[in-house]
Amino acid sequence: MEAAPDSPPLLQVAGLTKRFGSLTACDAIDLSIGHGEIHALLGENGAGKSTLVKMLFGALAPDEGTVQWDGEPVLIKTPAEARRLGIGMIFQHFSLFEALSVSENIALGLDRGRGGPQLNATIRDISREYGLPLDPRASITDLSVGERQRVEIVRCLLQNPKLIIMDEPTSVLTPQEADILFVTLRRLVANGVSILYITHRLTEVVDLADKATILRRGKIVGSADPKAESVSSLARLMIGEEVAGSSKIAFGSDTTFGDDRLVLSDASLAADGQFGVALKSIDLRVRRGEIVGIAGVAGNGQHELFELISGERLSERANAVRIDGSDAGRLGVNQRRRLGAAFVPEERIGHSAAANLSLSDNVILTHHAVARDVNRNGWISRKAAQAVEERVGEAFDVRRAHADPLASSLSGGNLQKFVIGREVDREPGVLVVNQPTWGVDAGAARRVRDALAELARNGSAVLVISQDLDEIFEIADTIAVISDGRMSEARPAEKMSMEEIGLLMGGVHGEIGNAA
Amino acid sequence: MRLELIPRPERSALFAILSPIVALGVTLLFGVILFTALGVNPGRALYVYFVEPLTQSWSVEELIVKASPLILIGCGLAICFRANVWNIGAEGQFTIGAIFGSAIPILLPEATGFWVLPSMVVFGALGGGLYGLIPGILKTRFNANEILTSLMLTYVALLLLDFLVRGPWRDPGSFNFPESRLFGAPGTLPTMIGNSRLHIGVLFGLIAAVALAVMLRFSIRGFAIRLSGEAPRAARFAGFRQNRITMAVFALSGALAGLAGISEVSGTIGQLRPEISPGYGFTAIIVAFLGRLNPIGIVVAGFVLALTYLGGEAAQVSLGLSDKVTRVFQGMMLFSVLGFDTLIQYRIRFRRTVAIPPAGGSSHA
Repeated sequence: MEAAPDSPPLLQVAGLTKRFGSLTACDAIDLSIGHGEIHALLGENGAGKSTLVKMLFGALAPDEGTVQWDGEPVLIKTPAEARRLGIGMIFQHFSLFEALSVSENIALGLDRGRGGPQLNATIRDISREYGLPLDPRASITDLSVGERQRVEIVRCLLQNPKLIIMDEPTSVLTPQEADILFVTLRRLVANGVSILYITHRLTEVVDLADKATILRRGKIVGSADPKAESVSSLARLMIGEEVAGSSKIAFGSDTTFGDDRLVLSDASLAADGQFGVALKSIDLRVRRGEIVGIAGVAGNGQHELFELISGERLSERANAVRIDGSDAGRLGVNQRRRLGAAFVPEERIGHSAAANLSLSDNVILTHHAVARDVNRNGWISRKAAQAVEERVGEAFDVRRAHADPLASSLSGGNLQKFVIGREVDREPGVLVVNQPTWGVDAGAARRVRDALAELARNGSAVLVISQDLDEIFEIADTIAVISDGRMSEARPAEKMSMEEIGLLMGGVHGEIGNAA
Repeated sequence: MRLELIPRPERSALFAILSPIVALGVTLLFGVILFTALGVNPGRALYVYFVEPLTQSWSVEELIVKASPLILIGCGLAICFRANVWNIGAEGQFTIGAIFGSAIPILLPEATGFWVLPSMVVFGALGGGLYGLIPGILKTRFNANEILTSLMLTYVALLLLDFLVRGPWRDPGSFNFPESRLFGAPGTLPTMIGNSRLHIGVLFGLIAAVALAVMLRFSIRGFAIRLSGEAPRAARFAGFRQNRITMAVFALSGALAGLAGISEVSGTIGQLRPEISPGYGFTAIIVAFLGRLNPIGIVVAGFVLALTYLGGEAAQVSLGLSDKVTRVFQGMMLFSVLGFDTLIQYRIRFRRTVAIPPAGGSSHA
């Protein structure tokens, strides 16, 4: 159902800009969505997709730019106004009450007086019409993730939307559930509804979308007709070519590394819970003096990989993880620390550090098993812990209001410098860092990366798991990509092509020709 | 207008100190309303409750005797609560401690050796500790909610005591009264000063408070307990095992409650009876929170709550008020402390009411 060629597009956005402090999350975005169109919005983590969508849905106010809806200029101030216009949104994480039934959950989102048996009939009608099998009386607790998403979609459809925004809808679905979703989307489009589809999965874009807009670093870097593109050309657009140019050729490819300090061999891990990712037979080695970067889109097993190496979760086999030649797969986190390893998890508050404890207490957190001066036969030497706190604070320029403050009083960047510094201070033989500069300012990121590079220069083996490709290309000597719990072969950074990384990140395994 | 709680960037040190004091004030204010409603002169009632017990030496002694089990149990509970383990069953652990310890003088009435008292004390702590381990095992093995299991086990313990003193352990010479034989001199904790009520058991509370304060602040074990309560994932990252900590704090708090139990029957009562505690195990929960989950603060809080017991007895005698008033007071105090504790982490903001968008999705935006 294409609209007449002279009618205005459903949604037209011009020059939409949003700044957060010094960061421009969305920079003069132009976007046009036609009637009955599936429009893919493609980009890496942090490309500005969510910010853009939040502005369209009235959850964030743009700093500049205009939005036209059906040819009329509009100002969308709240999600309620967006819904009134006919914009619906399906979030990546659902907002459903588990204890209530499907129809009760849907009634909650509607105006008063639309509940009851009549609603059940409506739900059944809609779910039949769009191929969304759903029992209105089922309680949410009993539903699978895919079924829960259907509830959200039906709830959205009851508002008669003209445009539905979907944020990474397949990221929580099994392949089979995703197929059912695609059928629904095609039916919606046939009925004249437009869909703005946010994703980083390239094959989905090629299969499904009529148009694609590619965001990178807050800017539109291209728009394409996916039918005319291949998976690999989209990958190139998404990652950007300029990154390839800046890869660290400076160090040359003849850099030689020492012996293996961290080795994973055929390491597997079962998925933990509904949203967990299983690790599948991972092989990896990090040598003396080497920085290995693991690229990948969030939620592809990075978290599990970290826990496997740190010992927060144990391997089946002792030799699945080897640290400096010792089998460590069955050892706990402190025994691995005693082998000379150090770990910095992704979450600063609650994992790396405890918010309501002082910084010196947070030193004890990772040092108590390895530092004799901090832990004197079971008794804490606060003096020694404070000395470490002071030393790290100086070396990493951690801005503190007073000596030894609570961890919660530090800004994200300062706390990150502290938790990295806390481990670097031990001069570990192996350092594993998950998302070293996630959400920190440029200055702090600089200092953290410099510290990692220096550690490697002094003979440590450093493993960096990061979703920031620029970061990986800046610091890593060797790169591997993790996708859906599988690790690609690690290759020297200068030999890794952008296209290849993009494809591996987008979940395209094997030959390019087959996928496209 | 709408009340909003805004998280503070840092814990308010001011409210951490102020909260229990304000809570006491609110409780007193509530007392004025309560006594007025009961037709009693509130000024006189508050005097009887909170001042009179402090004016005579015998009642000050009584205050210390009543405060010591509260302090002992409260310290143990504070360790549990710091570790985010919710032991609500101290009353049961107290009771089992009393039963274990009393077994020696009841089953071996002829025993007179110097070993009798120490082994009673050890048995009491052991019994309470073992009984505390039951909800610990249920939690770590089967993920059973420890609040429910520990609370329910309390009633099991109370009924066991009831059964024993009415059945197998009843004193043959008691003319069918439900009580055990008197422990006699070898099974009674000696007094500290001459003929007073101050038995040496009251020292246990003070010793425990100091020891636990030192442990929490200066030992790795204490650090593990604090960390696992504050941030369980960080505790796992630090290599501390959550299950072990859960078991340890249950055993420790159970042992302290058991110690309080045997001290009470051996030092104050002198025999087992169907009722050996005026709800010390439950009141100690209030003590723990009023004392900021800090062993030294708990010593102070123990005396405050002991005062409500004494005041309640006095009010019964001289004002004819029901002893239930004491429970109401204690409940009000816990309620206020927990309420005002919110202000340590949050500040209050008043806001004009705004329409809430109809659909659920917006909450994520």
